[in-house]
Amino acid sequence: MIAAILSLTLLGAALGIVLGVANKFLAVEGNPLVEELIAMMPGSNCGQCGFPGCSGAAEAIADGSAAPTCCPPGGKTLAAAIAAKLGLTVDLSAMADDGPKIAVVAEELCIGCCRCSKVCPTDAIIGAAKQVHNVFREACTGCSSCVEKCPTEALVMRPVPVTLQHWVMPKPLAA
Amino acid sequence: MGVMNFFKHLLGDDWGVHPDDHKRPAADRKVRVMPVPARLCLPLQQHLGGAARPAVLVGQKVKKGELIAEAQGMVSAPIHAPTSGMITAVTEITAPHPSGLSMPAIILEADGADEWCELHGCDDPFALAPAEIGKRVAAAGVVGLGGAAFPSAVKLIGASRAKVTTLVMNGGECEPYLSCDDRLMRDQAAGIVDGIRIMLHATGAGVALVGIEDNKPEAIAAMRVAAADFPAVQIRPVPARYPMGSEKQLIQVLTGTEVPADGRPADIGVIVHNVGTALAVRAAVREGKPLISRLVTVNGNCMAAPGNIEVRVGTLAEEVIAFAGGLKGDGIGLARRVMGGPMMGMQIPHWRVPVVKGTSGILAFDTAEVAEQAPNPCIRCGSCVKACPMGLLPLEMSSRISNEAYPEAIDLGLKDCIACGCCAYVCPSKIPLVQYFVHAKGELAAQDRAKLRTDATKKLAQQRQERLAREAREKAEAAAKRKAEREAAAAVKAAAETTAG
Repeated sequence: MIAAILSLTLLGAALGIVLGVANKFLAVEGNPLVEELIAMMPGSNCGQCGFPGCSGAAEAIADGSAAPTCCPPGGKTLAAAIAAKLGLTVDLSAMADDGPKIAVVAEELCIGCCRCSKVCPTDAIIGAAKQVHNVFREACTGCSSCVEKCPTEALVMRPVPVTLQHWVMPKPLAA
Repeated sequence: MGVMNFFKHLLGDDWGVHPDDHKRPAADRKVRVMPVPARLCLPLQQHLGGAARPAVLVGQKVKKGELIAEAQGMVSAPIHAPTSGMITAVTEITAPHPSGLSMPAIILEADGADEWCELHGCDDPFALAPAEIGKRVAAAGVVGLGGAAFPSAVKLIGASRAKVTTLVMNGGECEPYLSCDDRLMRDQAAGIVDGIRIMLHATGAGVALVGIEDNKPEAIAAMRVAAADFPAVQIRPVPARYPMGSEKQLIQVLTGTEVPADGRPADIGVIVHNVGTALAVRAAVREGKPLISRLVTVNGNCMAAPGNIEVRVGTLAEEVIAFAGGLKGDGIGLARRVMGGPMMGMQIPHWRVPVVKGTSGILAFDTAEVAEQAPNPCIRCGSCVKACPMGLLPLEMSSRISNEAYPEAIDLGLKDCIACGCCAYVCPSKIPLVQYFVHAKGELAAQDRAKLRTDATKKLAQQRQERLAREAREKAEAAAKRKAEREAAAAVKAAAETTAG
């Protein structure tokens, strides 16, 4: 009787430990590649790629149904980084990318309709009804979702201004 | 190679380079004091750390020494009016920076009276508490005058907390062409020694080692005389070699201890201050005078009359050069304009750039001095490895960086590089090695900023989702409440009708 209880207890404990260890070391959490891609994406879920947010785009890129170039806010830098990660070669020349951009409100054209601030994925546009709106430079990701909503074409995309804090010494020309 | 040199070579103690110092005749000429110009441009960021915040309004009249911009953040320094006059604008001016970009600055129109505001000095600084000295130095806007312009008070206050035992005073001035520290030590040795004693009191350090390169015998003699009565202040001549004035190198030569790679001098009980800073600390504590002027070396083959000039902070380089005697032949043959030293200073796009607290020199080089050459392929001679004072492998790092393999460059010690330029100076193939490292450091900082930005964006997007969900919930709740009220009202009405009926 005791021998039977002991042997079954020991067997259970041993197998439990094996399962626990296996769970720890052989764990698969979703697709690790997708996780890594999500970490690289801009994360504003602006939807310009046509997928439901950045995680959707990351899944599509990982299973090959979307090109690494599908993210406009990420631009060439992101496309090149994703291509390097997946070992793909992409044609970057087709991508229109003049460096990072941000939205700017032309104050004389803004009528304060609030349509832009409703679509902004990062709440970067401030302004109340019938008041001139403005864009927080630090919060704008340059997704340009607001531009097409503006009825007076007051929103335009401008290159991010280079400031002393952002300037980088150019790379010397190679020998 | 002598026997000693051979041993030094074996021990890896032959770092650095020996450039022709070009310090004389500028160092031997008397200091000239420049009169206050009609207009001063005072950038809000003249120091490492956070930019100062303007504390004056346009049109406001200020006296000399009055606070015009206050420190902002933990590491920052206030800015004071270098003369009396009126604030005419807060605007953007060309920064003393290689990019040629602009930075915000306060414009002060001088009224010619040059009248001091009320000053609060102290006759006996040694009776003050160390923390009080730190406070006074901070309020006077004193920053490191060697070039990096780190707020001095932060170092002094940090030192008393970190139990610093040794104060290393940097009188090395290893950069060629510059002689402003040399001149200060010759002319104002007593003031510097007094400043050093105040700093010893503020930090609690027991001894101050003043390292002066042996190519400045007059300065060494003057400082020895001034420090004769104070055993805690020791004058230590060090061999003239670039970059002897670099913090980590000077500490190693004077104390024999090495600063850890990712550490600071305070970790081994040492802090380093420039000799010019000692004088500014003395003025701040004894007389209550803020830092509003400094000694600037004007030098280079294109300068008509090289020398040292006492200049108010905010004076344009153009005006300093005009006062110094102008450029030879009105600037014919000028190949490069530099602010600071020739090795670590910065190339500036034009002369309409103000002198700031950290400006040690204004240099005008001709083509022969610049000696620009197209780079040739690396011949793997190892000269740069021998010259590197940090013991790094510049040739390996630069080849990684040219292929944009930044992580590999970091593994090779890119973060320890002090950007002294010895490698590029000795390279027989004229490869711009140090330029690669400065570029890579900037690129890595930009990548870090981009990473922070992505994280912030993700947080913003998430907060928006939460806000939308909350708003939808509140709307639904409000609608449900209204519906319930309507139904209750209808029920009451129906009941009333039934009763009435």
